[in-house]
Amino acid sequence: MKVVALSSSNVGTKTRTVMEYITQSVMKQEPEVEIELIDLAEVDMVFSDGRNYTEYTGDTGRITRALMEADAIIIGTPIFQASIPATLKNVFDLLPVNAFRDKVVSMVATAGSAKHYLIPQQHLQPILSYMKAQVVQPYAFVEEKDLHRNQIVNDDVIQRLDRLAEDTIVLTRTYSEIREAADAAYGF
Amino acid sequence: MSDAMNMMDKLSIDPSEGLQFGVYSLGDHLPDPVAGTRVSDEERIREFIGYAEAAEDAGFDFFSLGESHQEYFASQAHAVILGAIAQATKSIRIGSTSTILSTSDPVRVFENFATIDLISGGRAELVAGRASRVGLFELLGYDLRDYEELFEEKFDLLQKINQDRHITWSGQFRAPLNNAEVLPRPAQESLPIWRAVGGAPASAIKAGLAGVPMVMAHLGGTTSVFKTTVDAYRQAARHQGYDPATLPVATAGFLYTAPTSQDALKELYPHVNDGMKRVNGQGMPKQLFAQSADPASIVNVGSPQQVIEKILHQHEVFGHQRYLAQIDFGGMPYDKVMKQIETIGSEIIPAVKKYTATKTEELN
Repeated sequence: MKVVALSSSNVGTKTRTVMEYITQSVMKQEPEVEIELIDLAEVDMVFSDGRNYTEYTGDTGRITRALMEADAIIIGTPIFQASIPATLKNVFDLLPVNAFRDKVVSMVATAGSAKHYLIPQQHLQPILSYMKAQVVQPYAFVEEKDLHRNQIVNDDVIQRLDRLAEDTIVLTRTYSEIREAADAAYGF
Repeated sequence: MSDAMNMMDKLSIDPSEGLQFGVYSLGDHLPDPVAGTRVSDEERIREFIGYAEAAEDAGFDFFSLGESHQEYFASQAHAVILGAIAQATKSIRIGSTSTILSTSDPVRVFENFATIDLISGGRAELVAGRASRVGLFELLGYDLRDYEELFEEKFDLLQKINQDRHITWSGQFRAPLNNAEVLPRPAQESLPIWRAVGGAPASAIKAGLAGVPMVMAHLGGTTSVFKTTVDAYRQAARHQGYDPATLPVATAGFLYTAPTSQDALKELYPHVNDGMKRVNGQGMPKQLFAQSADPASIVNVGSPQQVIEKILHQHEVFGHQRYLAQIDFGGMPYDKVMKQIETIGSEIIPAVKKYTATKTEELN
């Protein structure tokens, strides 16, 4: 099982802190899972110009390929102006329309205010559904007060992230078993 | 008789002979996923020529080859290969599906195809497209932002060159032409030029507005979905003052036949799935592919009888003049492609032509 944890903020450390934790949690729960943490703050991505994802070079090509090869993707997003950041939207724009077919995608949001709680459901989930993802229904919402100096200081958040890591693994494994059985039944 | 009416004659389209049948290759050069091997560049190019010869012998009306400039393709110089095919064949019409006009000089494209027309004794056709895979823009030094304008300007120029021997023209993407004589002139009065349409109505409308014949490619989906595109094409043509009855429509997509539809699905699937994965970065889900066997699907996969019925249904829905079968995609072994050509020629073409031929009394 290949998992990509995508930290999609290019400013600050909160999303990165949370994504580091959930990456560790996945590794602890399921040591044979191959998980890669990609931080968009550390890479040089070009804007989508409409070409196929296979035709990008550099970081853009490497990251789009990693996402396309993943069985599961954990998306960590900050909330900017009551929505996802442009860096994350660009990643979606770089991929084909059905990029997430047969992939499990889960969501983690970090925000400065609890008022943004429904943003992942209203802004992120419709994109994931359009791209054919199997979306893990619960998501984790982390506020500024849950973090202090690059550490998660709220035990409840830690437990929620552990549960989301488990849900992602369980759904990925289950979904791939169901898909394999359905494909085998076609007889070709 | 209008110019458009000449287009049906020009393409030797005779309703009393029924639907024209063609075979086309994108020019892909993919490994055979079943055997795990890939033929050499040289062998692959000879295969294209072999397909055309076999198609001619089997009674096909048309053979065409695409232009692609990327990994897993061997027909970058498609006009050169078509020149060899012109020499190797005697009666089958030959063309491109598609020539990527946006990244070429229309003068040189015309020179190439007029030459193919002269070598073949007046059998050449040209299908101009915008490219569905756009890597060639960078390779050939064009800006992808000009995707639409490049094509429209060059397509317009190509048609002018085709109409007039001497041309005065200026545009954005090429040096001006000042009473320039573009030679050689083809053996036919002019080259039949089609516009390639990817299946979405927007592109079909452009072809209709220009009053040019359309080749509509269809990868998958139901026949009914593509009806919207054909309707949009004819409506746009009518809106611009052309008579849609005089404008040929060709459809193009996968064909694979085996004794049963289950065998056909089983034999074709690995080639389609693996080929698409390599060429487009995403395979074909089995769920979608399994639906190809349905009579409502536009993918002509099944037993010969099922394929005949599908093509007849498509003809009822579209009223098109030519169907192009893609049978070699994804590293399909040469002997299997030959077998497909033989079966199509002996079983499918005669039945389809018989049922689609318009009888003389119906025409009167």
